[in-house]
Parts: sequence; structure tokens; C-alpha cells
Amino acid sequence: MTNPTLTAGAVERHLRARRDTGRGLLMPFVTGRITPGWTDCLRAFAAAGADAIEVGLPFSDPTLDGPTIQEANDTALARGASARRILADLAELPDLGVPLVASTYYNLVLHDGPEAFCAALRRAGVGGLIVPDLPVHEAGELTDVAAAAGIELVLLASPATPQPRLEEISRRSRGFVYAVSLMGTTGERDTLAASAAELTARIRRGTDRPVLLGFGISTPDQAREARRHADGVVVGAAVMRRVLDGAGPGDLRAFLATLRQALDQECDPPR
Amino acid sequence: MRDVLPRSEPVAAAGTMGEPQARGRFGEYGGRYAPESLVEACREVEETFREAWADPGFRGGLARLLAVHAGRPTPLTPAWRLSRELGVQLYLKREDLTHTGSHKINNVLGQALLATRMGRRRLIAETGAGQHGVATATAAALLGLEATVFMGERDMERQALNVFRMRMLGAEVVPVTTGSRTLKDATSEAMRHWVGATGDSHYCVGSVVGPDPYPWMVREFQRVIGDEARGQCAAELRTGVPDHVVACVGGGSNAAGTFAGFADTPARFVGVEAEGGAGAARGRLGVLHGCRSLFLQDDDGQITEAHSVAAGLDYPGVGPEHAHLRDLGRARYVTVTDDEAVGAAVRLARTEGIVPALESAHALAWVIRAAGSGELPAGSTVLMTLSGRGDKDISTLKELV
Repeated sequence: MTNPTLTAGAVERHLRARRDTGRGLLMPFVTGRITPGWTDCLRAFAAAGADAIEVGLPFSDPTLDGPTIQEANDTALARGASARRILADLAELPDLGVPLVASTYYNLVLHDGPEAFCAALRRAGVGGLIVPDLPVHEAGELTDVAAAAGIELVLLASPATPQPRLEEISRRSRGFVYAVSLMGTTGERDTLAASAAELTARIRRGTDRPVLLGFGISTPDQAREARRHADGVVVGAAVMRRVLDGAGPGDLRAFLATLRQALDQECDPPR
Repeated sequence: MRDVLPRSEPVAAAGTMGEPQARGRFGEYGGRYAPESLVEACREVEETFREAWADPGFRGGLARLLAVHAGRPTPLTPAWRLSRELGVQLYLKREDLTHTGSHKINNVLGQALLATRMGRRRLIAETGAGQHGVATATAAALLGLEATVFMGERDMERQALNVFRMRMLGAEVVPVTTGSRTLKDATSEAMRHWVGATGDSHYCVGSVVGPDPYPWMVREFQRVIGDEARGQCAAELRTGVPDHVVACVGGGSNAAGTFAGFADTPARFVGVEAEGGAGAARGRLGVLHGCRSLFLQDDDGQITEAHSVAAGLDYPGVGPEHAHLRDLGRARYVTVTDDEAVGAAVRLARTEGIVPALESAHALAWVIRAAGSGELPAGSTVLMTLSGRGDKDISTLKELV
């Protein structure tokens, strides 16, 4: 078998190529089936310059999510959302030119079994998967199955992760490394946590895989600051609060454009 | 690196309720399915617990607290009149007589001592019926710690007395308004809170659930129930060991602690769940609140809400070791209805002069049913853990009786 660290998947190749031009990466998040025309959000994200799109498959007990994403979950579930229906919607979408990354809790993966779940993601055109309650030492059951199905399993790193474990996470993560900026749940914050810089520096000591910072990044200023430390940002709660407040695809596109602009101002020289 | 590489401790023989296998496994269940932000905190709890549990000083200190503060050992009470009516010999392990009125204090005193050993100044807890919350508030007051207790809004209404007790003891009680507003949601909220507070706070999980090492550690702290009962049965019963050992199961801590004392005997284990919260009897494989176990879920994999007249059994899952004991056939898990439980509570009150918690009344309801159906043969000996007293349920009982 080829050494998997030498063979990047499609999501990672896409992100590396963009990063290597000096571009700051932007991955907005949307909860699947949050509104009747929710896939229009994905088109808006792509049009605003997203480099990847995270689609949340809602779970009844999202233990790592703050109030905004919890409310988005509950709203979507009350509308009858399920992984199956969300993936069916995605399968009907034309190629947006931007990789799709699903995120959900491990119970939904186990429900149909890792193999069937990954196959369903693949059929829907999803390239990556984030499972916040599947830490690296429990991921063995899913790693090979996901790889065989062509799904890049993204692992999360936290400010509390010790260095040897961080290196293990960086080595085994696929697509990118998801750096959790702070010790807390998802949700908007006033400032970028001080722990973000230290964590990204520690991750980069052991890998050149793209590193995206997430949790609490809600404004252009925060995105700009995050870009100084990481290859890009994940923006979830700030998007979902707008959706819950009634924002349409046009509003989301305008909001993401401000983040895109901020990231473009803070660019590295091309590699 | 011990989280990444399998540990090399000797593997316990299946079903003997020893240490979990590598990576916190009980068979295929258990594990540490915690967000990465909590993994290091779980590792520290495990490391500290292993050291403490092997330290005679810690064990002696805990035993003394259990004796002078919690009132241990608790008696084994022969239920004379009820036994005559049922045609079996029923013995009650009286956890209702502990300080704070339920077995929860056993675990909490252990974890509170552990928290001080780790230098933590605050305990975080979830609670359903409020008994674990009251025990946590009590232990925090006793050891000079702060306590923050998460409780579903619906349970706060049902258990108003316990809410007042916790506040009187100096604890902060945080209402949880999400989901079914019961134990499941309180547990989620406590975990979320812990993610942001690992530096100064210990999450004092109240049952044999949660990420490794909690299911194992909480069972060890509760095994004092089974160990005491084992000795008491040896002295009291002609057979030395009861034919059946029965306990109610929400997450399953009093049952795990009781079973642990009899794991190497031929006693048959019965865990009694609420009809509307039967994780072991009717759950399917899943992951929730940090562990892999059996959970009630719908066809889409969403966790469903449990419903029980006993707030402490209102949990849609069961501890991983119970799932394993079920698979092995070492323990059997049965259900009783709200009505059966209420009926059993009244019957115990009138035959033995003991008002049990509605949770414990579930265990008794099965004993009554099984004695009636012949499933418990005439003359068989039954040890039942009476996990708590019924004072907290008086307002519920007032409406139903």
C-alpha cells in the first residue's frame, strides 16, 4: 500500500493549490436543510469565493456546539432534516467547483455503519468529513473505510492537545487540520482567542498540511488576524445566526465577501 | 501517547467487572469519544484515579468520609412482611439511608476527593432527579469547593425540593432549556461547560456513562454498595449469596456498584429500566456523551427523548458496561411501567414502612411482578438495592396515588 501521507485527496489538493498561490482559505458552514431553499446558500458561498464548504448534518445532541448551531440543528430537525435527505439534495447540485465537507457527530456515522455512511457521502459528491466527537485515538474504525471511499477524514486539534498527540493528529488528518481556536464550544466571540496563534504554530511545526482555524471567527477583523497564523478560517455560527435571523443567499454572499476581502488583504507571497 | 497507543494492562476476563480492556472498552462498548478539547482532561482524570485508587491513603480517606459523613455502612434490611406476601426472601440494601438520601453520595465523595487531588476548585455536575446534584453540592460544601449543577428545566419543576436543597448548600443551579429539558440535555450542557472550564473544574459525572474513565471509575466508587452487601448477605443468608441481585437502571450506577460485589458469584443480575427509557432493553448501538453504548434512537439516528415518572431514569441510554453484561448474558435488563413503579412504592410504604424513590420502586416493581409470575421461584432469595428515599417524589406521588 502506498504511504497515505504522500497521496493527498481531492479536498487537500484543492486547498493546497489555492493556499500555495498565497490565498487565505475560507470555509463557510451551513446546516443542511435549515431552510427550504438551503442549497442556494451553497451557491452563494461559492460565488463569494469560498474555498471549501462545510455542510452540517444535524444531530439531536450536538455536545460541542454553542447556542447558535444548536438552534440551527433544532430548526433543521423540526423541518424533517436527516442525513439521507440532505445528501439527496446535494446529489442534485451541479458541481460548484468547491469541495464539500460534511460535518456531523459520530452517532450518525455509526447508525448506518461507517462503510454505508461514507459511500452515501461519496454518492452525494462530498469529499471530506469532520466528526467532532471522534478524536484521533478512536478514529481507526473510520479512517481506512473513509479513505477507501474517497472521503478525507479531517481531524481536530485543540489548544489542550499535547505536542506528540498533535503530531499524530496532523499526520493522520486528511484534507486539512481543523484547529479549534479556543477551549469552548462553537459560537461567535468578540475577539480571536490568544490560544489560536500558539496552537497553529504548534501544528505547523509538524506538518505542511493546510491548517484552518475555526470556532469563534465571526468578523472580517478576526478573519484577518486568524490568517496571520493559519492558512484560513472556518466560519459557522456567524453565518448561521444570520440565516436564523432571516438572511437570504444574497445577504450571505455579501457577508462572506467581507471575509473574503479581509483574507485577501492579509496574503502571503505565493509559494 | 497513551491515548494513541493501546495500553498493555492485562485484559480482564469478560463479565467479571474488573478493569476495562484497552482504550476503556467493555467488550465493544465504552471508549473515549470526547471532543479533542476534553481528551487531555479525561486522560488526567484517569491517571489521577489510577494513582489514587492504588493509594491506601486515598482509599482510607474516602472510607472515613463515607463512614463519618455519609453514614456507611448502610444496613441490609429483610423485608419481612412483603417477603411473606410475595413468597420470596427479599433483602433491601438501604442506600436510601445514606446522607443526602441516595447512593449518589458514594461516587461524589470519591470524585470530590479526586478533584482536590488534581487541584481543582470547582465541581461541575448534571442531574436528573436532583440526587446527584444534591450529593455534588454536599461534597463541594464539605471539601470547600464550588459547585455548578446543570438541570433540565422540566426536572427543576418536578424536583423543586432538590433545587432548593442544592442552592441552600451553596451550589449554582443552571436551568437547561434545550431539547427535552431533562437529564440528557443537562448532560450535554455540562459537557459543553466543561470544555471551557477544564483548567479549574472537575466534571463530576453522576452515572456509569461518559468518556473513559468515567464508566469504570464511577462503578468503582459505587462498588462499596455491592461489597458491603456481599458481606452482609454472607452473614444473613443461609445460602450466603442471593439467587438474584436486582437494581434499577437509568445510566446504571447503583446497579453497576451492586453487581460488582457479586460478579464472581452465581447470583443472577437483573437491571430494571423504565418502560420509556429502556436503553439496555431496547437501545441500539451509538455514541453519546462520550461513550459507545446502547441508545434509544429513531430511524435517522437521532437520539429520542426518554419518558419516565422517575426523573433519574429519564435517560435514553445505558452505561457501556451494562450493554456488555447484556451481550454476555451475565445480566438481564427488563422494563416496568410508571404505574407499576408507583404501585410498588405504595406497597413498600405500607408493608415495610419505607417510602422509596420512584427510581428504586422500579426495581421493586419487577420483583413483585416476577414473584407473581413464578419467574422468581417460591423461596428464592433476592437482594434489591433500594437506591434512594422517596421524599423528593412526594409531590409527584401526591398527584398519582
